[in-house]
Amino acid sequence: MFPHILLSLLIWIPVLAGILVLMTGGDENATIARGIALTAAIISFLLCLPLYLLFNANSYAMQFNEFLPWISVFNINYALGVDGISVPMIILTNFTSLIVIIAALEAIKYKVAQYLSAFLIMQGMMVGVFVATDSLLFYVFWEAMLIPMYICIGVWGGKNRSYASIKFFIYTFIGSALMLIALLYLRLQANSFLISSFYTLDLPLTVQILIFLAFFAAFAVKVPMWPFHTWLPDAHTEAPAGGSVILAALMLKMGVYGFIRFSMPITPDASLILSWLMITLGLIAIVYVAYIAIVQTDMKRLIAYSSISHMGFAILGCFLVYSILRITGNYHDAYLSIEGAVVQMISHAFGSGAMFIGVGILYDQLGSRLIKDYSGVAKTMPVFAAFFMLFAMSNVGLPGTSGFVGEFMIILSAYQAHFWVAFLAASTLILGAAYTLWMYKRVFFCPVVAGSGVEKLKDIRSSNLVVFILLAIGVIWIGVYPEWLLHLLHASVDHLLHISIQQRL
Amino acid sequence: MIEVIKNLCLGIVLAPLAAALIAGLLGKVIGRKGAHSITILGVLIAFILSLFIFNYTVLDNFGPFNFNLYTWVHSGSYKFHVGFLVDNLSATMILLVTFVSLLVHVYSIGYMADDPDYQRFFAYMSAFTFAMLMLVLANNFATLFFGWEGVGLISYLLIGFWFTKPTAAFGSLKAFIANRVGDMGMILGIAAILTYFNSLSYKVVFAHKAILLNQTIMLIPGLHWQAATVTCILLFIGAMGKSAQMPLHVWLPESMEGPTPISAMIHAATMVTAGVYMVARFSPLFEMSQVALSVVLVIGATTCLFCGLLGIFQNDIKRVIAYSTLSQLGYMMAGVGASAFSAGMFHLFTHGCFKALLFLAAGSVIVANHHNQDMRKMGGLYRYMPITYVTFLIGALALSAIPPFAGFYSKDTIIDAVKVSTIPGATYAYACVLLGALVTALYTFRAFFLTFHGENNVPAEIKAHLRESPWVMTVPLILLAIPSVLLGFVLIKPMIYTVPGLLGGSLTVVPQFNVIAMMMPDFHGALAMALHAGMTLPFWLAVAGIVLAWYFTLKNPGVAVVLKQRFAFVYWIMINKYGFDDFNQIVLVRGTRRIGAILLNWFDMSFIDGFLVNGSGRLIGWASKIMRHLQTGYLYHYAFAMIIGLFVFVGWRLL
Repeated sequence: MFPHILLSLLIWIPVLAGILVLMTGGDENATIARGIALTAAIISFLLCLPLYLLFNANSYAMQFNEFLPWISVFNINYALGVDGISVPMIILTNFTSLIVIIAALEAIKYKVAQYLSAFLIMQGMMVGVFVATDSLLFYVFWEAMLIPMYICIGVWGGKNRSYASIKFFIYTFIGSALMLIALLYLRLQANSFLISSFYTLDLPLTVQILIFLAFFAAFAVKVPMWPFHTWLPDAHTEAPAGGSVILAALMLKMGVYGFIRFSMPITPDASLILSWLMITLGLIAIVYVAYIAIVQTDMKRLIAYSSISHMGFAILGCFLVYSILRITGNYHDAYLSIEGAVVQMISHAFGSGAMFIGVGILYDQLGSRLIKDYSGVAKTMPVFAAFFMLFAMSNVGLPGTSGFVGEFMIILSAYQAHFWVAFLAASTLILGAAYTLWMYKRVFFCPVVAGSGVEKLKDIRSSNLVVFILLAIGVIWIGVYPEWLLHLLHASVDHLLHISIQQRL
Repeated sequence: MIEVIKNLCLGIVLAPLAAALIAGLLGKVIGRKGAHSITILGVLIAFILSLFIFNYTVLDNFGPFNFNLYTWVHSGSYKFHVGFLVDNLSATMILLVTFVSLLVHVYSIGYMADDPDYQRFFAYMSAFTFAMLMLVLANNFATLFFGWEGVGLISYLLIGFWFTKPTAAFGSLKAFIANRVGDMGMILGIAAILTYFNSLSYKVVFAHKAILLNQTIMLIPGLHWQAATVTCILLFIGAMGKSAQMPLHVWLPESMEGPTPISAMIHAATMVTAGVYMVARFSPLFEMSQVALSVVLVIGATTCLFCGLLGIFQNDIKRVIAYSTLSQLGYMMAGVGASAFSAGMFHLFTHGCFKALLFLAAGSVIVANHHNQDMRKMGGLYRYMPITYVTFLIGALALSAIPPFAGFYSKDTIIDAVKVSTIPGATYAYACVLLGALVTALYTFRAFFLTFHGENNVPAEIKAHLRESPWVMTVPLILLAIPSVLLGFVLIKPMIYTVPGLLGGSLTVVPQFNVIAMMMPDFHGALAMALHAGMTLPFWLAVAGIVLAWYFTLKNPGVAVVLKQRFAFVYWIMINKYGFDDFNQIVLVRGTRRIGAILLNWFDMSFIDGFLVNGSGRLIGWASKIMRHLQTGYLYHYAFAMIIGLFVFVGWRLL
């Protein structure tokens, strides 16, 4: 019985808890709200355990399926299911949400219940995105998750929050509108909204390209890919720490997830033809955005730009498969690249999410995100500095941390496509180290300036320490034993890759 | 057998790691004494187990042992493992690493005695030992890269150990970035390996190395390069970063900002030699490309001479030894570049001992001088610190290649090997390494005389407390002095002039490059070699260097001042270190920031955000502003519009 509603539980428990939390009302009941939210987050995270244990990694088929007619007139169904690519994303979603809730226990003191409920509802919606097998249901979740995030930035954000939240909303919404058009067209062709039914459509090239571009509008904004990236630094900077974590760790990943789930398998020929464009945009993200990250003066903006740069790797990993296949002709060679992309999605969540929380901790105490306002933090916050060093190193892509695995796999694959592609991708070794460690040096090293407030900083304790320990375990675990994650992917990646490279003309 | 070796290896790498974790995470709980006890125990275990491994592998000749511990990444047809290769090369190398590490750990009890971050220091050192052992023992490129970057990380952390000093913070960042430039080449080299061999395992790669023969790669349209050449040069760029070869040498002098025991262990004996180790490890590949060997040889020889020259102009005792390390690394690289891999490794081992000795002795001097490192404020110290004095002298003689000290055997072998080498660039390289012998003796003994002899310039308040360092510091000096004297004499025959030598099957040399085989007939035993030294040019150059150093520092210091004025231009170049630092700072660092600022301001902010994004917002705002005038809310406006519309409609229908 239980597995049949597991996915629904994962979606709706946080949503119901979110509503419950909302009903506690004002800040005088904040303790109750915190209690409910934490319980719900822990239960949701624990529900990932049966998901992981009962999931059969040897099969590419959708598992834990649920199917209920929803709007039968249009043949829209409440259809859920997971494969090897969505399972890690769901675990990541619940893990990250748990982290955010724990981090909020201390940090948020204003409109606590509303804040927590926004995140719980967002959590449910994001799980929905990863489990929906009906494209319209996917679309509903996809749009629904924007609302709590919009509120989150708009209410708990920094000084420039209204500009950032509107920019975020309009930017992502315009992209999604085009996706809806594509979905409706595909529905007419396939006579079903099920994503799997789109995989068998044989569409002419022009149509494929148009659909690819429509999806591109939605996903490229979300990733975000250059030149659609300028909403992200604003959103990140203004969002509260929790919002930044969700943005970096999960929302960006949905763009890449969309490319893997929709663009490549539904329009394989268009993907092949436009792969050069995607690779170019990926490389621009890696190199160009890294240069911009170097000159940032605001820590959050810097990490935001570094996220864009890292997501360039995920895009590169996805679309390199076409070049690799053309050159080596061996279908097995392409695995490394696309699995690297998925690993990159997961691993980036830990490192950059942790860094956003770290900046949040500093901001709470000193009220500034500017690098120049800090110096010698390692002196007054040694434990914090040690953790931040680990996460910075993951951002730099040091072997043994999660940040290395995906980049390593993708750089190695890139060489098979072309030397210069690999060269540009590998430049991240230098540029990534430059922007991350230069920031680290200015913030954590050097003498403490008297009167800057740094001498009064308090080191992390209790809930923040728990958060950092959990994230550190994630960073090292994926870095040392990525096979734990990879073995989930093999069958599903194999299946999707097969569909994504067959000619349908 | 293999199970035994596997467990021994696990013990070797995990003991220091566990010790590092305990000292690092529980430092407050176990206290200072607990921290140094546990880390020393960890490294001691590793050292003892390394002796067993050495015994099994090298002396008893079981092996090589190649095994995987677990699968790190499995994707498609690729499997990357974490695994170890125990052969003569790695077994000998881990012995050196754990030996030096052990002594430096003990020494640090004395050197770091007053430091508030004592536990953190010991945790870093043990963690470094772990990473270095992983690097050495790796049986594939992925594990190698793990260790490779791991040692880089800890080197970064240790250079920045006193992070509140701006110079230390700057030096650590510089070291990491310069290493990363090398690592970028290295990761591309690894990618090339995977592309050609579909595997990262040394065993598979070496067994199928012939695959590279007929492959070419076009990096620039129209130019076909040998795959072997490109791959080896990419890997060598990694070695240049780690082993601080020109032009990536800039970080090593800066690394002296770290505590002195670190300079001895990481920036002299172990980590910086990883590049040499790597080239020797990949000798089967390097032997396939004469071009790559030439590059290694020329860069090594250049570093050897030109970085050595800079050492003459330094007044900081640690910086002199740092430039000397650069120069000696150049010797090793020149050795392996000339295909005398065993000679390069030989110099690595002897240098590991005598350079660690010199650094630790310098550290002893620095502690006695209350952390003053300027040699102009020293002098005449031999009276106060006899053990340090004697051991430093032994180190200096070994470094200057005076027979029968260890450095003589290894360095002379390299010089001879470069002499008989016939690959392009060998003549230039020979000139460099020959002159290098003079330069080495000159800067070494300049430092020696300035520190220990001549007038005592120590400030009075320090002078009152001048005394020999405690036993935890002097015992390691003595223990390192012994191999600095004997190692060359003992190892020259088994390591260089025996087939198969001590390093046995780990090294591959093709017949046409086999310089050692050409030198074999002229070798008549270690003693004969030492006695014969008087007939060779390098020996007299070294002696000349010592005499010059004595003349300029003690006998007639005025001459140096006159020369400085006469050749002011040369002096200016030298104190500016050929301008590498300025170039990097002005062109690379500022250039990067300039590019970043241009991209950000002009493109991201002005064009994309200002023009496209907010521009579309403004366009809509502007359009709606105009449209708004149509919706006035006055009934007569709408009625008027309706009537006009009606007229137009009717008129259009009628016409």
